[in-house]
Amino acid sequence: MPPVLVIARLTVQEASRRRLLLALVILTLIVVGFSAWGFNKITTVTGRNGATLDHTQVQLISSQLLIVVTFMYSGVLALSAAVVAGPLISSEVESGLLLSVLARPVRRSEVVIGKWLGLAVLVAVYAGGSGFLEMAAVDWATGYVPPHPIELTLFVCAEGLALLSLGLVLSTRLSGITGGVIALVAWLMGWIGGVVGGIGTGLQNQAVENIGTISRLILPTDGLWRGAVYAMEPDAVIASLRLAGTLGRANPFSAVDPPPPAFLAWVVVWFALMLALSIWSFRTREI
Amino acid sequence: MAGLAEETAAAPQGAAASTPAIHTVELTKRFGSTVALAGLSMTVPRGEVFGFLGPNGAGKTTAVKLLLGLLAPTAGEAWVLGQRIGDLGTRRRIGYLPELFRYQSWLTAREVLAVHCELAPLPRSQWKDAIHGALEIVGLDERADDRVGTFSKGMQQRLGLGAALLGQPDLVFLDEPTSALDPVGRHDVRQVIRDLSSRGAAVFLNSHLLSEVEQVCDRVAVVDHGRVIASGTMNQLLSGSAVRVRVLDLDQAAKAKLTGFGPVDDEGDQLTFTELTPDRVPELVAQMVALGGRVYEVAPRHQTLEDRFLQLLHEDH
Repeated sequence: MPPVLVIARLTVQEASRRRLLLALVILTLIVVGFSAWGFNKITTVTGRNGATLDHTQVQLISSQLLIVVTFMYSGVLALSAAVVAGPLISSEVESGLLLSVLARPVRRSEVVIGKWLGLAVLVAVYAGGSGFLEMAAVDWATGYVPPHPIELTLFVCAEGLALLSLGLVLSTRLSGITGGVIALVAWLMGWIGGVVGGIGTGLQNQAVENIGTISRLILPTDGLWRGAVYAMEPDAVIASLRLAGTLGRANPFSAVDPPPPAFLAWVVVWFALMLALSIWSFRTREI
Repeated sequence: MAGLAEETAAAPQGAAASTPAIHTVELTKRFGSTVALAGLSMTVPRGEVFGFLGPNGAGKTTAVKLLLGLLAPTAGEAWVLGQRIGDLGTRRRIGYLPELFRYQSWLTAREVLAVHCELAPLPRSQWKDAIHGALEIVGLDERADDRVGTFSKGMQQRLGLGAALLGQPDLVFLDEPTSALDPVGRHDVRQVIRDLSSRGAAVFLNSHLLSEVEQVCDRVAVVDHGRVIASGTMNQLLSGSAVRVRVLDLDQAAKAKLTGFGPVDDEGDQLTFTELTPDRVPELVAQMVALGGRVYEVAPRHQTLEDRFLQLLHEDH
């Protein structure tokens, strides 16, 4: 097996043996269970007239509630990716674990790519697994399935991968705690930047709108989140948001348009840049 | 700063076999304004056990990391097994036990060795025998399937030694290999080093345990403040003689009057004159008695490595 895959396998193995995967699976099952119960309640809620909600109302409420639940999942994923990626390399440099590995015919780029790959597999499996379970639970409880489930999963997964990539860059130079905290704060700042940009759009203020654009270029997590939101919105919701005009864009839990292709292309470039930066940073680090 | 070299030039086998295990020319490493290694020039022949001695912070570990390509030199050149340092292919033939030894605590000892077999890389058909042999040599065969996280420090160091021996390397770097071991473990490590030497592997032994070095090394270099202050075979280095005297009632003022007898290692009642020839012993004893000292024992002997080491450091400061 090539060194890069050995390192990737070790990364997955560590998460498994340290029971991180088990903890995430148990927590996800608990959340899915609770949300299934909660979504099911929507179908039994009665209005003033004592009648239950009609199908359209259930679908509408479910779609909005699913966006909030997904925000929680994306938060868990971002938090986990940042916390796990933060010490990914730095802790092994500090402990000396990498000394004996790097004395083997292993390139530092292989260590970086292997670690990214291993963690990316975990992020993808978690995003895919939890996304499928949650959507299946909502479908069972309310009959609602988001319009673009695959795109939704891909955007949430990409958000986790973005945090993982940022954490990995920081991990090549900073201690685990410092890198993890910076990645987490960057994620929150990115989200706030997106909200500010949305307000700028609402107010038709170009300068404020630019804040959102720039923050999405620096860290594309909010742009990816909006992509996930768009994938969850039924046509009726999108139509009403468009009717609201620019004000419809100021809500962090809504998206009027899908992410533009130029942004998606930038995300691909951004990932490549982050990986290249991680490799360069680790190659020039003396251990 | 340039990236650390990771070259893949293949060594011509015939040429490589005739080259020294290690050859360095003015190898220098600075961290900011701190000079960790100042112009290290040395040659370690194939099949020899080379002791690299020095006090803490002398630059021993820096030298090993430079030779392994883990650090980039500030100046100078070095070759390991006939190839420039940093050559990726050469690392297939090198074993390394770091001073800071740590292995994946979530793996078993057998799994850790399997990872190193994979990274070395050894042909898969050889893994089983290589792992079994390494575990047996370092005495971990009964704990092979226990997680490393449950191991004591000494056991982890043994595991690291086992990993360094995988694949019958031509050159093994051992950085303070007995720092966590008990006397039995230290004895075992000496035996491992002798076995490596007898099968033709070169061993680069970083240590400040002088008795250990004295027992196993063919050649020694003493490093202090990043510079080699002496080097040679053990015989060349220990050509002098020393005299140890047990004397009471000599205060510091009286001891200061004995400087004419050369450098002295003062341990209270035990004074070791590290450069004194036996013919001056009567003169020394007479002087001590004249200064009011009561002499209980005089033991002229060949200089030990410790005598020589202390003498060299004394001269260097």
